[in-house]
Amino acid sequence: MDVQTWTYLIVGLTFALYIGIAVWARAGSTKEFYVAGGGVGPVANGMATAADWMSAASFLSMAGIISFAGYDGAVYLMGWTGGYVLLALLLAPYLRKFGKFTVPDFIGDRYYSKTARTVAVFCALIVSFTYVAGQMRGVGLVFSRFLEVEINTGVIIGMVIVLFYAVLGGMKGITYTQVAQYCVLIFAFMVPAIFISIQATGNAIPQLGMGGTVTGSETYLIDKLNGLSTELGFAEYTSGKKSMIDIFAITLALMVGTAGLPHVIVRFFTVKKVKDARKSAGWALLLIAILYTTAPAVAVFAKVNLIETVSNKEYTSMPDWFKKWETTGLLVFDDKNKDGVINYYNDKSKDATFIEAAEAKGLAGNELTIDNDIMVLANPEIANLPNWVIALVAAGALAAALSTAAGLLLVISSSVSHDLIKKMINPNISEKGELWAARGSAFVAVVIAGWFGINPPGFVAAVVALAFGLAAASFFPAIILGIFYKKMNKEGAVAGMIVGMLLMIFYMLKFKFGIFDGGKEAVAGLEAQWWFGISPEGFGTIAMMANFAVALIVNMFTPEPPQDVQDIVENIRIPSGAGEALDH
Amino acid sequence: MSQENATAYWKENIKYVFILLAIWFAVSYGAGILFVEQLNEIKLGGFPLGFWFAQQGSIYAFVILIFVYIRLMNKLDKKYGYDDID
Repeated sequence: MDVQTWTYLIVGLTFALYIGIAVWARAGSTKEFYVAGGGVGPVANGMATAADWMSAASFLSMAGIISFAGYDGAVYLMGWTGGYVLLALLLAPYLRKFGKFTVPDFIGDRYYSKTARTVAVFCALIVSFTYVAGQMRGVGLVFSRFLEVEINTGVIIGMVIVLFYAVLGGMKGITYTQVAQYCVLIFAFMVPAIFISIQATGNAIPQLGMGGTVTGSETYLIDKLNGLSTELGFAEYTSGKKSMIDIFAITLALMVGTAGLPHVIVRFFTVKKVKDARKSAGWALLLIAILYTTAPAVAVFAKVNLIETVSNKEYTSMPDWFKKWETTGLLVFDDKNKDGVINYYNDKSKDATFIEAAEAKGLAGNELTIDNDIMVLANPEIANLPNWVIALVAAGALAAALSTAAGLLLVISSSVSHDLIKKMINPNISEKGELWAARGSAFVAVVIAGWFGINPPGFVAAVVALAFGLAAASFFPAIILGIFYKKMNKEGAVAGMIVGMLLMIFYMLKFKFGIFDGGKEAVAGLEAQWWFGISPEGFGTIAMMANFAVALIVNMFTPEPPQDVQDIVENIRIPSGAGEALDH
Repeated sequence: MSQENATAYWKENIKYVFILLAIWFAVSYGAGILFVEQLNEIKLGGFPLGFWFAQQGSIYAFVILIFVYIRLMNKLDKKYGYDDID
């Protein structure tokens, strides 16, 4: 069977599975819609959290990004896993005991303030919408690349599937579908990785293969890659380019941002008790780690493979996969010196010896442009794996994108129906009324997300970085202070959140979008003006510190929280007696 | 549940958290960023050690840290009588 047929078959089967689960897991109450009834087991919850967390970006783009970034890729590897330690030790157990349905709920009640709740809802909506736009786009792209379906049609198909299980089942439907999606995505990621690891190093375990020797030789794979990189004028793979302070800041911003993302936090409201919240975080990270420790290995294998296959080879001798991916525009060959040979190298090198040697060889500029996503998408073909493996990758990428999209949509819909409508606009709404409001807002959120998927702002990746920065700058400090400092009051928390948020947005607008200096073209030139030498991706760290500072200072000059709130803060330190997640 | 009980429990909890977070910091920011070049002098198979921590080792450590925390807290909960039996 050809790839297309296999893809329709495998993807179709997975979709049927998700719909089946959705029907089985219909939500009948607001408790089920918001927190899956509060009875999800820790391992299942861990699997759902892992699928929720690993988006199309983790699945498709990350290995590619790492293969081009080398050591610098560690910011994503550590940044997107380290936050779970913070969640397990500092957040999840206490938030579960507090027992609310949503993050703005926690903030609104802990800080006994409608203003705090409103600021939190605002942040949650910005963070979640920006994130989800990227996911729907990802769904469309996978459809277009694997199923030869037009991108927009792909987005709509994705929307319909998500709509079905999110609107019908709410968090309950989403959780159990995510469990299935985790199984699909991890299988889809590992199968090619294992095959390729065996081919490249003879070791079936990619994590070990990465540190092993090239099949049939004594050279270590990493040494080989370092050599290939420097020959082509790039930095050593194991060295990277970013400054240490920026690497530090980005890693910290991502870790802390992870721990502040509403769609991740809400996953810990769905377990039965506090102990399960801790276990669930452990399982989630273990399951996430399987992919995250395999991805850097895939990055190395793919990079070596690619360089050896194309560099300095005749264009006419390129295998089929090369031509195929050229048609998608992900691989672009521009024969600048007209010699029929693919000259792939670093034409921006500052090394005088290298520049001289390149000119001596008659090179006229880098001729091969490679999109990050190719590294995972094309890997199975480069390694000559059977068609069903390639189809599996499509199913896995879709599982990753849909599971994350669903989690985000739930945050959006519950922010509207629970935090805005129930808690602020119409507190007398009945349980049934709230449930319908929740379903209705899930529907609207899917449609809006789909619209963004079809008309993406050209800067989706940048905007996701903003989402992390915002979570780090606004939510994380407010929640941490709320849990660990019983005297933290509403004035401090709100001031801190607003300052953190505004600072983050300002820095992004100035240094990522160049808004105050003439637009995108100005961005590269502005690098010299970065505060402390920190990029917009890392600035969340600074904005977070500003939030803490402002919150603590304002706290000193304003009244203490009421005694009953302080008592609650003491109470959440005790793990036993966590009721079902409460709403009122 | 007495107040002294709760306070003592909280103190031990915080102690564990501090120690575990110190290790969290050491394996990621320490070994993977601040001291990465020095550690890279040592090889672990084909991996320069700092690079290994940054791209693999720290993640293993994170997983272990969480499970250690779970174990410690289960014992602590029992010791102070806070484990729900259900």
